[in-house]
Amino acid sequence: MSASPRIAVVDFGAGNLRSVAKALERSGMNPDVTADPAAVNRADGVVLPGVGAFADAVASLAKSGLDDAVRDRLAARRPYLGLCLGLQVLFDEGDEHGVTPGLGVLPGRVERFPDQTPDGEQLRVPHIGWNTVKFSGDHPMLSRLPDEDCFYFVHSYRAIPNRASDVVGRVDYGGEFAAAVAREGMFAVQFHPEKSQSAGRRLLDAYAFWVSGS
Amino acid sequence: MLLKRIIPCLDVDKGRVVKGVKYVDHVDAGDPVEVAQMYDAQEADEITFLDITASHEGRGILLDVVTRTAETVFMPLTVGGGVRSLADIRDLLNAGADKVSIMTAAVENPDLVGEAAVKIGSANLVVAIDARARSDGDGWEVCTHGGRRPTGIDAVEWAAKMAQLGAGEILLTSMDCDGTKGGYALEMLRAVSDAVSIPVIASGGGGSADDLAQALDDGPAGGHSQAALAASIFHFHETTVPDVKRRLLELGIPVRKPSPAAG
Repeated sequence: MSASPRIAVVDFGAGNLRSVAKALERSGMNPDVTADPAAVNRADGVVLPGVGAFADAVASLAKSGLDDAVRDRLAARRPYLGLCLGLQVLFDEGDEHGVTPGLGVLPGRVERFPDQTPDGEQLRVPHIGWNTVKFSGDHPMLSRLPDEDCFYFVHSYRAIPNRASDVVGRVDYGGEFAAAVAREGMFAVQFHPEKSQSAGRRLLDAYAFWVSGS
Repeated sequence: MLLKRIIPCLDVDKGRVVKGVKYVDHVDAGDPVEVAQMYDAQEADEITFLDITASHEGRGILLDVVTRTAETVFMPLTVGGGVRSLADIRDLLNAGADKVSIMTAAVENPDLVGEAAVKIGSANLVVAIDARARSDGDGWEVCTHGGRRPTGIDAVEWAAKMAQLGAGEILLTSMDCDGTKGGYALEMLRAVSDAVSIPVIASGGGGSADDLAQALDDGPAGGHSQAALAASIFHFHETTVPDVKRRLLELGIPVRKPSPAAG
């Protein structure tokens, strides 16, 4: 494989993807921001970024046939990196502005943070800022990441996976939740590595290494 | 745990960084992209651009500045100033802003906040509030148009209403303290922070690390805010972000520890 893996950055209309593409470039990858399912199929790796609402994201992916392209890539176990909404859409359903089915690749739901912590203290929602993620589990990405690192979050909804074995990164905000999920050929994070300075770079460097070795 | 944030703020006029005292006497402080790169290297937790350009053609310049910043600086960027409509918010997000801040438009058309929260998401929507103490000492009043126009609206009630309509964060600037470097308006900050269940960014008056510590302190005399914004103390190299953070850590305020590379 070439030194510079080709990465399809899936563009389904969810805001600016330039900073994601530039951050991938910085880690030695060759990003192609695309809405073409064929380009998603051809690439060495697929990055699904995105901010915005769950239902809109799933609808946009379905409209352009990108949902099937992403599912095919996941089924083929080619390196997929989901960022923020790119983690959330993997699950069975989300409850942002009404219950909407997701891609159904991982069992679980995406729900709004509760208003209170388990101890009954007020929880400010959205969860905005830098928080420490603890990584654990078995995935090629994890061998190149520290045991914990601080990343930037900005979200009101978070995934609640049914299977603890799918969770490889945990963070505490009103109780522990899944900051990173993974399976063979898949790694997805709730935070924004493209906005997380040196910690973000470490994660994207790990992705570049994983893609190059797959 | 979620850490408290230190946010350098760049007032941008016609594509240049400026910072005045009490909103007059602007002094040129550089190219916004270069200044943003400097704060990225210092590991600031976010940066904020507040566009103070009055003219319409200034929008194009601002969008260009945001685009160039987002392409070179891998940190969170909030942009505000002159944002009037859903289209303005979309333009800024598409140019690379992570969060967009609205102020006067929210006062003139509060429904814009609700609409933007549904269409764009609360997490990316900041409502900025400029407020000053009422002359009779009875609370604080919201001002618009760069602090020049008092509205008669109570700042605490307004913040609660904005949160209820779907704002994801409040950027609260004290017009009494702004530019003075005499410390944040702690009483007002505390009143607003305690009245809402969204994050609050303290702004106006930050002159030292200890001032920022007070704004971020959750104790009975603190400002109870989740982030502190400051401008002049950073722009004119009186101190650096890592120096401020080291002092905050000494004072027991949880912030992201500067790496050796941050200086």
